[in-house]
Amino acid sequence: MTVTQDAVDQLCTFRLGPLYLGIDVRDVREVVQHADVTMVPNADPAIEGLINLRGQIATAIDLCRRLEVEPADTGKEPIHLVILSDGEPVTLLVDSIGDVIDVDSSAYEPPPATMTGIARDLILGAYKLEDELLLILDIQKAVELHPSDAEDVAS
Amino acid sequence: MDEIIGEFLVESHEGLDQLDQNFVVLEETPDDIATLKEVFRTLHTIKGTCGFLGFGHLERVAHAGENLLSLLRDGELKMTEEITDALLATVDAIRDILATIEQTEEEGTPDNEQLIGWLGRLAAGESGAPETAPSEEAAPPAEGAAPAPAETAPVESPAAEVPLSAPAEEVAVAGADSAPAAEAPAPAPAPADLEDDGGLVMLQPPEDAAPDMGPPASTDAPVAEAPAPAETPAAAPAEAPAPATEAPAPAEPVAEAAPPAPDRIGDRLVEAGAADRTDVEIAAVEQQLGDERKLGKILVDEGRANPADVESAAAPKAAASESTIRVDVALLDRLMNLVGELVLSRNQIVQLAGEQQDDGLGPPAQRLNLITSELQEGVMKTRMQPINNVWGKLPRVVRDLSNQLGKSVKIEMVGKDTELDRTIIEAIKDPLTHIVRNTVDHGIEDPDDRKAIGKSPEGLLLLRASHEGGQVNIEISDDGRGISPEPIRKKAVEKGFLTADAAAKTSDSEIVQMIFRPGFSTAGTVSNVSGRGVGMDVVKTNVEKIGGTVDLKTVPGQGTTFKIKIPLTLAIIPALTVTAAGNRYAIPQVSLLELVRLEGDGLSDKIEDLHGAPVYRLRGRLLPIVDLREQLGAEPASGDITNIVVLKADDHQFGLIVDTIEDTEEIVVKPLGRQVKDVRLFSGATIMGDGKIALILDLLGLAGNADLLQPGSPGSEAIREVNDADNNIVDVLDDRTLLLLGLAENQRVAIPLAAVERLEEFLMSSVEQSEGRPVVQYRHKIMPLIDLAPVIGYEGTAFGDSDRINVVVCSFGGKAVGLAVREVVDIVSHAEVFETVSDESESVVIQDHVTDVIDAAAVVSSVLPISYEPLPTYEEEPVEEDGFSIARSGV
Repeated sequence: MTVTQDAVDQLCTFRLGPLYLGIDVRDVREVVQHADVTMVPNADPAIEGLINLRGQIATAIDLCRRLEVEPADTGKEPIHLVILSDGEPVTLLVDSIGDVIDVDSSAYEPPPATMTGIARDLILGAYKLEDELLLILDIQKAVELHPSDAEDVAS
Repeated sequence: MDEIIGEFLVESHEGLDQLDQNFVVLEETPDDIATLKEVFRTLHTIKGTCGFLGFGHLERVAHAGENLLSLLRDGELKMTEEITDALLATVDAIRDILATIEQTEEEGTPDNEQLIGWLGRLAAGESGAPETAPSEEAAPPAEGAAPAPAETAPVESPAAEVPLSAPAEEVAVAGADSAPAAEAPAPAPAPADLEDDGGLVMLQPPEDAAPDMGPPASTDAPVAEAPAPAETPAAAPAEAPAPATEAPAPAEPVAEAAPPAPDRIGDRLVEAGAADRTDVEIAAVEQQLGDERKLGKILVDEGRANPADVESAAAPKAAASESTIRVDVALLDRLMNLVGELVLSRNQIVQLAGEQQDDGLGPPAQRLNLITSELQEGVMKTRMQPINNVWGKLPRVVRDLSNQLGKSVKIEMVGKDTELDRTIIEAIKDPLTHIVRNTVDHGIEDPDDRKAIGKSPEGLLLLRASHEGGQVNIEISDDGRGISPEPIRKKAVEKGFLTADAAAKTSDSEIVQMIFRPGFSTAGTVSNVSGRGVGMDVVKTNVEKIGGTVDLKTVPGQGTTFKIKIPLTLAIIPALTVTAAGNRYAIPQVSLLELVRLEGDGLSDKIEDLHGAPVYRLRGRLLPIVDLREQLGAEPASGDITNIVVLKADDHQFGLIVDTIEDTEEIVVKPLGRQVKDVRLFSGATIMGDGKIALILDLLGLAGNADLLQPGSPGSEAIREVNDADNNIVDVLDDRTLLLLGLAENQRVAIPLAAVERLEEFLMSSVEQSEGRPVVQYRHKIMPLIDLAPVIGYEGTAFGDSDRINVVVCSFGGKAVGLAVREVVDIVSHAEVFETVSDESESVVIQDHVTDVIDAAAVVSSVLPISYEPLPTYEEEPVEEDGFSIARSGV
């Protein structure tokens, strides 16, 4: 409760296709390297399926499909980044996990104007790092697949 | 929210719920001192706590109620309807304030002066002031006999009639006309501290207690000065607030008039032998004379008691309530989850121990096994609650509603202690309340109407709950007017649910079930009682959502019974696992009717197409077919083996084609995440023994997806027509499937499977004789047995040497009749029938044997005169003796 929302200082970074993304490290519950995914027919295409997270059932979301980017061909199976959304565990499938990095809030900028499509709605902003742009993912929006959101996204 | 306030709210709400029930009980049995005391304690606790938390308004309301209650408890007043109204209004007012506190953490500025005035007037209703001096109370009196000093100062005062506006609307309706306002309320400085309620309040020194006593006196109403009765030991004049008008005028504080707490600490000290009774009494008198020290302190200061003793006496006694603790439900759910996990690990370890043949691992694994099972059971139990948690609210609902409607309804409950999982309790709360409201509103007639038709003017509402085989039955019956089918039939046609033709054909009992249809209101006019909230369709949907069923039986003029069947728990349910398109799915067992396996010929033969709807002929009836693979978006099934799971969803039966049928097992139901919740096909998920996830099929959603529930679709109409036409016809040769029975060596007959209800095996010892005929008890009824062989002119008898007897149960006119046979050989379809020997004799060749096909109905009717005519009961219409003796003669 005492944590302030504005100053995100430590970010968990990961790669997703061509994107270098980060989320607040405090939002990450755990990282699961391998999990059996049970398919959910008729669900939103971004839903990869369900995984058994020590007795809890977590919904796995394929972040590539969610952000509509091509997955990088790493030759490895994607990694589950477990976060909590409204108390329910949700996993985000990412290509690879990077370091936890400290960022300077002065390097923060709104999302680059060149971004288009769904990604633009789901990206909060960006940090200009030395050699790369680190995009901050709005995880709550990313896991929200309800029709109301879908409409915004579809336009 | 502040933790203390949060706890206070939870406790208070709990207490208030109990109060609602208690008041209604009290109205019936006004002399029930135990209940009165309970009520008093509850209100007192609320008052004490909110005084502590600084909720002055709330405290005043509670105090006024408590005041009145203390008079009731001590027998100064008798419970009347008006008093009940006032007290219920108090409960409502407190609830309102609590709700405000919950939202804002402040009590707001509710205006409850009217209520407080009303309570005060009621308290003064009996003007005879008790003449008990508080000093006497300091002596250990019997609980009920000790009047609080409050009563010692009721004051006559010329208060005018005051219009009442009690906060709760219904109470205003019920109570306004009858509230006498002739008497001024007593200042009523009933010190909370009188009661044995733990140390907290008791330990307050008198000056702290003063605010406790002040509020009723500091009413905003003008104060009529009146001398307190001379007997009041505290010789200060009492201030009597008389709520004659609403003009605010602060009353003078009467703290000094309040006798100090002659608290129980004295009693305790005397009991414990730590102080002398006289000393305690003297100390109490000293307090009344203005000594502001605590009683214990006085004793200690004057050297009459040991400080340690006083302290221990002042400590709250270990109450019964301390044997229970409050646990966050989320924590229980988490425990439940973890136990589920533990069970999985246990299974794996036990399996491993079995495989490894390792002597060292066996015993510990066995112990782990046992402990885990017990743990699982224990955790399950923590989530169980008696159904009374829901029922408890109903008497109040019924009372308020019947008062409002001018009806008189008695509510009776049987099986209050029946336990259910808390999730189920939550889920049935609204449906139950709705049914009860509906019953009081529509079901039970006005008292005059009831008298006119010879019923007792007081309607009866009976709630009954019981466990039955892993399920809970809840019945809500009334002795009201029942539901007459004709208006419903008319309305159903009007609304287009049925064609006039179909409506005429539909039976009365089916017609009344229409009230569960969405958009169907039985009420001619929407009343403000049952017109609100959920409709009967929602009742049904809610009950079905938790795997339950609602049934309705009604006899016009005599009453209606709703029967709700619900599972004990939602957390663990028996389910059938099936596979389709490479994944496992679980089907709740409650929806499962039967399993059908088709082998051999291509599907096209057996699954027919009727106006675009695939159907399968199951014993002559058309069963709509849904292919699970198709629903899951996979390629339709192919191959020579087809597994059909026959299911029911919301009165509709359908067959679900699955790839394989696996096993039935108990599964732990887990909710789906938000992102997949809106997929209609699944209601949840479970983790299987191997740690993988299986989705639980939502059959209503499945049927809905497959358009089975659309009454208008051509397929479903066609199926309905065919099935309706087939309904009552048992046509022997048109039936495709025969049951092959062995009567003796090489003697076989066949009967159409459509005529067969079930195949049973009875112990010979369970066969009894009734009026010379063999009978068995079957499903709580007496079922006659017919020895088939002699009846149809064959040799042999089914009542042979074996200690068991095979019985083919057929149903005629709703009655079960057992055909006793030597053995049940096989079920054959016409595909295996080679040839019909002749047209007349109804014989076929089955498996190289010429086999007679018997008409079960004809056989039964030749023996028992009950073939097609439904008879009321066996007792009323004894089975004809002659007919049956023929059967016996052959034995």
